[in-house]
Amino acid sequence: MDRRDFLKKTITSGIAAGSTLVFPKMGRLWAASQGAGTPAWDLVAVRGGEPDQMFDSAIAAMGGIQTFVPRGSKVLVKPNIGWDVPPERAGNTHPALVKRIVEHCLSAGAKDVTVFDHTCDNWVRTYRNSGIEKAVKDAGGRIISGDSKGYYQQVDVPMGKRLTEARVHQALLEADVFINVPVLKHHSSSMVTIGMKNLMGVVWDRGYWHRNDLHQCIADFASFRAPDLTVVDAYNVMTRNGPRGVSVNDVVSMKAQVISTDFVAADAAAAKLFGTEPADIRHIQIASDMHLGQMNLADLTIHRIRL
Amino acid sequence: MTIRHLRRLRIWIALVFFMLTLFLFLDFRDFGLRVIAGEVLYLQFVPSLLQFLDNATLGAAGFILVLMLTLVFGRVYCSFVCPLGIFQDLISRLARKRMANPGEKKRTSRFSGSRPHYFLWYAVLSLTVLLFFAGTGLMLNLLDPFSSFGRIVSHLFRPLVLGANNLGVPLLEQLGSHALYRVQWPVFVPAATGIALATLMVVGWLSARHGRLYCNTLCPVGALLGLFSKISMFRIRIAPDACDSCRQCQRVCKAGCIDLKEKTVDVRRCVACFNCLAACPGQGLAIQNHWRQPARQNPAKPGRRGFLIGLAAAGMGLGSSRVDAGPVNSADSSDPVDPVNSADSAVQTRPTTIPETRTGPISPPGSVSVARFSSLCTACHLCVSVCPSRILVPALLDYGLSGMLQPKMDFRSGHCNYDCKDCLEVCPTGAILPLSRENKQQVQVGVARFIKENCVVYTDNTNCGACSEHCPTKAVDMVHYLTLPDRDLLIPKVNPDICVGCGGCEYACPTKPYKAIYVDGNPVHRKAEKPVEKAVEQRIDTSEEFPF
Repeated sequence: MDRRDFLKKTITSGIAAGSTLVFPKMGRLWAASQGAGTPAWDLVAVRGGEPDQMFDSAIAAMGGIQTFVPRGSKVLVKPNIGWDVPPERAGNTHPALVKRIVEHCLSAGAKDVTVFDHTCDNWVRTYRNSGIEKAVKDAGGRIISGDSKGYYQQVDVPMGKRLTEARVHQALLEADVFINVPVLKHHSSSMVTIGMKNLMGVVWDRGYWHRNDLHQCIADFASFRAPDLTVVDAYNVMTRNGPRGVSVNDVVSMKAQVISTDFVAADAAAAKLFGTEPADIRHIQIASDMHLGQMNLADLTIHRIRL
Repeated sequence: MTIRHLRRLRIWIALVFFMLTLFLFLDFRDFGLRVIAGEVLYLQFVPSLLQFLDNATLGAAGFILVLMLTLVFGRVYCSFVCPLGIFQDLISRLARKRMANPGEKKRTSRFSGSRPHYFLWYAVLSLTVLLFFAGTGLMLNLLDPFSSFGRIVSHLFRPLVLGANNLGVPLLEQLGSHALYRVQWPVFVPAATGIALATLMVVGWLSARHGRLYCNTLCPVGALLGLFSKISMFRIRIAPDACDSCRQCQRVCKAGCIDLKEKTVDVRRCVACFNCLAACPGQGLAIQNHWRQPARQNPAKPGRRGFLIGLAAAGMGLGSSRVDAGPVNSADSSDPVDPVNSADSAVQTRPTTIPETRTGPISPPGSVSVARFSSLCTACHLCVSVCPSRILVPALLDYGLSGMLQPKMDFRSGHCNYDCKDCLEVCPTGAILPLSRENKQQVQVGVARFIKENCVVYTDNTNCGACSEHCPTKAVDMVHYLTLPDRDLLIPKVNPDICVGCGGCEYACPTKPYKAIYVDGNPVHRKAEKPVEKAVEQRIDTSEEFPF
């Protein structure tokens, strides 16, 4: 690295860091401008492989992980690790997928790949029994606690109607790149859990969302910081009794994956996979009305891959 | 091995017992010592006695082993095993160093022989036994040395360790290490902390000034074991011919039980620390087998007496194994303040108006019934310390006065993890039985009750469903409620047959100040039905095309 390069990087990352604090969405612009270019497709859908294989082909179709993860960046990978259940119960994101994503990020030269979730069950057991703690450590990533209010900082949600402020985990505030890795599953109150719903795991007080129009809050928070990439795990899909599930009988093997830079599009496509219309999921509709993303899949360039 | 080495042996064994016991209470990161909790705590006298009275098995016979050891070697329990006793030794050792440092005279004698306080001691023992016989274990709970130690560690030392950890986290993070993580505080119960502090102050002051005076005036276990050691086989004896009254032994005797004028050792007060044996410069002290001295005592008679005492004590205990739970302190148990969320600035649209009506406290799974739990628990708070969800908290008067400080399930800070059985595995008294995971998952400690008028769906016409999310059996399910122009609303419905009372719904319910769903305790635990499991009907064909 020569001196000019060094100065350039220092200044840009300084501005990026500073502007992230003032204008949370600015970080995304800077991060994007540092990447190799825009992805080849709006959305890539894969079917028929293992979670890690499907990610390999999907991300390749998107132009490789380096499109999203600049060298030296700090990456937050946010899977769903909500429940103390084993991987086959599909209550959490598949560990093989999380592992593969962390590996990709590190191979692209990420400085640091952090993984956490604000779990619903006891976090130590949930991290362990979901298989995600081991997966992250094996891949060389860092799995950190989300279990204390001390980790969460107060932020404003600029476009929020019902949710105007929230306490957000510092790992998200510090991240240059944010990769959201939800699992697709049934949900007793939000109908389905996909990408936007998964973001409830980066805030401290989820209770507020529940008592102040859940769907509106989910969409509101999506305006705070859009993920740079959303990877929907639809390998095993819990089709009822969600979000925790009662037994493996709630799960079907769908062997699918959806990735997109547009999280509303990713949620819309995943909702279709689940067998429901995106417009019937109220928070997807609200997010679309707020112009946070494209819910109408006909308007997108979609690459469909069969393995 | 000469008898001088017995002191060193005692110190090592005591340190092992002490450190293991201490670590069981302090291990907030679950390093895995818990799997041998049963072995570590096997010899704890009162817990073992209570466990045996409830269910006489070899696994609960630790106290019999202690009695046998006492009959042979004297009060070795007090010096080798009892964590409060060993803790007092540590305190008096530290206090001696502090006092020696100022360098007043040369070496002031640390201890001296003292007169016994038998009246007080036996009064405490009698009162404890009588009250226990009468149906209240309050005295036992407050004076059992193991449980006192447990409360001191749980409520005074553990917060210090957690605080140090939480201070260390940002420091290490500055250095780029995430080896430590922040941990949440235990639920603060002023009475529990207060009693632990009072115990610490009494025990600490007595041990700093007078060695083992607590053990020989207030400890009912010490008093009982003293009766047994009176007839023990091996005893320390002063050899009148070899002893020149140099007082070395008296100076190190923390029980103050050596009388050099009469050249006798009061075996009832002797805690078998063996300090005197190591301190004697000559051959003035010896260990003698008293059962081989027909001239002094008839071996059969005292043995029988001891057996009868033991039998009587056990009999009294048996008669008292049923204690009725007292009335619930409603002000305490339905306290709606949520320590986690109350500080948040979020304001709910409309506060709820209908208070929850709880009929009784909720005892942990494995305790079978509130009455059984209350009669067996000594409030050592090991379960409170190990509960990873921090839902076991000391009750104030929920179990009645006699059950003061016994833990109850409280869902203000979390819910009982469906797969977890940590408290069942560590309970040394058997108040919480070690059920299998499958059995634990069918124990119904209470039942969820829904107050529709408090529910967000009813008051605000928006979806919530937080309760149903957390329900591990789907005893709380969301059912169709109302169709609005832009949305379908779902509202909770409880199936009491499969509810286990884990409190997930109550913990997650966001309404304030009163919850829309809460768990009411079952005085006698029931068996929940297993949730019905049918395989998913619609198989999704992976060869299918994309639906978009």
